[in-house]
Amino acid sequence: MIFIIVNVLLWVLVAALGLTAAVRSKALFREGAAEGVRDFVVLLPRIMIGVVGSGYIAAIMPEDLITSWIGPKTGLLGIAIATLAGAITPGGAVVGFSVGAAALKGGGGAPQVIAYSTAWSLYALTRLMNWEIAMMPPRVVWLRALVSIPLPFLAGAGAMLIGHP
Amino acid sequence: MVERRRRVSSLEWSTAVIGGISLISGAIVFLRDGGARFTAILTNDLGLFGSMLPKMMAGCLVSAFMTRLLPREVVARLVGAESGLLGLLIATLMGAALPGGPLTIYPVAGAFLALGADAGTAIAFITAWNLLGYNRALIWEMPFFGPDFVFWRILVAVPLPFLAGALARGALRFIASQRGKDAQA
Repeated sequence: MIFIIVNVLLWVLVAALGLTAAVRSKALFREGAAEGVRDFVVLLPRIMIGVVGSGYIAAIMPEDLITSWIGPKTGLLGIAIATLAGAITPGGAVVGFSVGAAALKGGGGAPQVIAYSTAWSLYALTRLMNWEIAMMPPRVVWLRALVSIPLPFLAGAGAMLIGHP
Repeated sequence: MVERRRRVSSLEWSTAVIGGISLISGAIVFLRDGGARFTAILTNDLGLFGSMLPKMMAGCLVSAFMTRLLPREVVARLVGAESGLLGLLIATLMGAALPGGPLTIYPVAGAFLALGADAGTAIAFITAWNLLGYNRALIWEMPFFGPDFVFWRILVAVPLPFLAGALARGALRFIASQRGKDAQA
């Protein structure tokens, strides 16, 4: 039920933004709609490969190994391992999300996977080196990396405390 | 245009690698566990993926319209003008609201640094974009993890951009005070 409401709200938002764009100019609306649809079509096969792939990858990974390293009972140590894994995961979004989803489907604990995902989002080293350092003052990049270190632990611990998901 | 091409190509080999590993994994599952297990995993994952399609489509459209209705210059001015805790709050909100890839986000952050925002504000902004952005949540995370996981993941991340910004300010103040001591000594 709640997810139907979310869907409806999202599409109301789409309609409101589209209308706002159309009021400003018809070209603005057309460009926006075309780009949105194009992005969707471009991303669709990639995400599908990742989603389906993560299911098969999870199925062949040894479950005991995943459960003993980052399973629900591994606590803060599992969160630390997951954080480290997130930091060294190379590649683009498909890789990060596929590995995270495979870990979750393959027996990883939700707080541990949240820590992985948070670490990967905040300080995947390859992304830091390839993108951020080229576009931001290095001082700010390193400061950001430094203050981000505790965040995956806090996210994972927060999920453990509230007991969700 | 360059921006788009680079983003796409950087994702391309990632997808190819995951696709290759997935094919091998799928073949192993098929040979080891049989066709029934193979099909069960496929239908299960495609089911989640299919049910997330409306959200993904909406996410793409919201991003495309927001990019046009919320110009980067406006965001840079809004964030660059504020300081203090209000600055961190606005930076967090704007980081969550501004769609786009790294090539959009870092230049915006760079711009409001140039407009006089402190590093803490820029860090709160980038952290919010990374952790709270609806773009990533709707289009990427939902089909992979399902809505329940994503909801709780984002909920525990809500305080983190403020925290990162505040920690950064603290670290800068600490460094400045150390330098001050050195200068006195």
